[in-house]
Amino acid sequence: MHKKGMVPIWFFIGVILLVYGILITGASVYDVFVPPVRTVVLQNLHAGVWWGGFLLLVGLFYTIKFWPAKSDR
Amino acid sequence: MTTTRLLTLAPIDIVIVALYFAVVIGIGFYLKRHTNTGEDFFLAGREMTAWIAGLAFVSANLGALELMGWAASAYEYGILATHWYWIGAIPAMLLLGIVMMPFYYICKTHSVPGFLKLRYGEAARMFSAVSFSLEMILMSGINMFAMALVMKVVLGWDINFSIWVSSLTVAVYVFLGGLLSAIFNEVLQFMLIWAGAMLIPILGLIEAGGWNSLVHKIAQRMHTTAYTHLWSTLGSFKDNPMGIHWTGIVFGLACVISTGYWTTDFLVVQRVLSARNLRAARMAPIIGSAFKMAVPFIVILPGLIGIVVLPGLMPQAQAIATGGHSYNEVLPLLLARYLGPGLLGLGVTALIAGFMSGMAGNVSAFATVWTYDIYRASIRKNATDQHYLAMGRWCTLLGVLVSIGTAYVVMHFASIMDYVQAVFSFIIAPLFGTVLLGMLWKRASPAAGFWGLCLGTVGSLAMWTWVRLDPSALRYIALSPYASTMAENMYRALWSFLFCVVVTVAVSYMTKPKPEAELVGLVYGLTELPSEHDLTIWQKPVFWAAVVAVVFVILNIIFW
Repeated sequence: MHKKGMVPIWFFIGVILLVYGILITGASVYDVFVPPVRTVVLQNLHAGVWWGGFLLLVGLFYTIKFWPAKSDR
Repeated sequence: MTTTRLLTLAPIDIVIVALYFAVVIGIGFYLKRHTNTGEDFFLAGREMTAWIAGLAFVSANLGALELMGWAASAYEYGILATHWYWIGAIPAMLLLGIVMMPFYYICKTHSVPGFLKLRYGEAARMFSAVSFSLEMILMSGINMFAMALVMKVVLGWDINFSIWVSSLTVAVYVFLGGLLSAIFNEVLQFMLIWAGAMLIPILGLIEAGGWNSLVHKIAQRMHTTAYTHLWSTLGSFKDNPMGIHWTGIVFGLACVISTGYWTTDFLVVQRVLSARNLRAARMAPIIGSAFKMAVPFIVILPGLIGIVVLPGLMPQAQAIATGGHSYNEVLPLLLARYLGPGLLGLGVTALIAGFMSGMAGNVSAFATVWTYDIYRASIRKNATDQHYLAMGRWCTLLGVLVSIGTAYVVMHFASIMDYVQAVFSFIIAPLFGTVLLGMLWKRASPAAGFWGLCLGTVGSLAMWTWVRLDPSALRYIALSPYASTMAENMYRALWSFLFCVVVTVAVSYMTKPKPEAELVGLVYGLTELPSEHDLTIWQKPVFWAAVVAVVFVILNIIFW
């Protein structure tokens, strides 16, 4: 799929989505309990919680599925 | 634009943006050890899968200005802007995958000017290489300045800071890993653009009450249903908000401008040339076309939602005069409207990612054309591969520095932007005529290739100049005095393409063609394509092209 011995791009994508998912979900859950100064339209839907959770799951899936073999690192 | 910033980032947003910069530079350093030869640097080792090449193919075109600009166009012109994503892209991508890619791939060229060298000779190659290199550097500089301006308005960032940080980041990762690094980051950027931008249409549709309710509210607000129909209002220039006729869309946009861009602009074709075999190279544009068809969801739909939830946006000049918001700000205003802390950082990252993928595309294509088609062809012909690799690296930096210089020139002479945007249309339509005839007609001679390309470009420039000097000439160029600038571009491209074809055919019959033995692998009828009989139906590119074509037709009927 890539050059031999190379970490797949999908692994990098998985890691960054996983980290973004954790950060966004964490920040959004915090906002549920401590409402932010700047509120947005449809704040009641807590989009950050479910969208962050979605990114987290997608990122986790890609990170695990494309975890590099020892020969790739 | 107003001088007040539209968005204020929270600390979590800044962390998300900073993380993005760290990852793209990290990928550049990681890939440096896999970039050891010229083939690695300029063509990513020709080892990319169809999926990676296809996503990079679309991503190189999906810049931040594209996202913001077409969202603004959708606010101004309605769903008609979708034509630039559907009929203005999908047929062209399928043509590249099914008809043209075999010739590019089998002849093992490094670039589109390289194909012209093999097919027509040195003169056509040099004309194309020089004009393309100039276009890349100028476009890169202009996009850099425009993006820095956007960052200033949207986030309050200093223009110098935006220009230098973004461009040096791109310079570092392309310098280290070449096209390999550019492609890896383009795929990453493609994912982040979707992750950051997809929430806007979802939340916008929820607020508007769903698609049917949105259509109803747009009709009420604009006092016409023309903003939500793709084709039914194109029978007359005066019946639609864009001031365009269906012939301009079909013959000018679909048949010439978009086909020319997607099949001959080396910025995008280079991504597909990196595929690991011919089947992957043919599948890449088809996969790209499927994703391209979905892009209006994150670009056009937000513009339509803006008509309802952000009424009162105005043209740029009026916004400056009154201190209001312009159409161009519709996407950042929607980001601010719907995205809270964290999500806002992701949305801004999507914009920055779009900018950097576009710039990396410009710089990596420039490095290849400069090194292979100008430097190796006419300055130093027999150097080692390592020498050309080093040249590619250094001219990546040089390209970025010249782009930065261009950005500062544009900062002081803003009207240059209008002229350079037109340069793109001068080059692409005749180039398409030259490449297409070269691939499909073995009688096209070397002299005809050069003169068709050269006179087609000059003809396009002459038509543009004529309308600037005498605006009443619009009725001849665009077939109507009511035609918009956009319509003028469509028709000018069509005429310059036809002019190029006529010149090429005429000169071909007056001059000596190349011997057929020299055209093997370059021209239809003289090139043996690998058999696909042993492939199952779903492994064949033509099957997936048919699937995309059917979905494309259905979508156009639904939004007729």
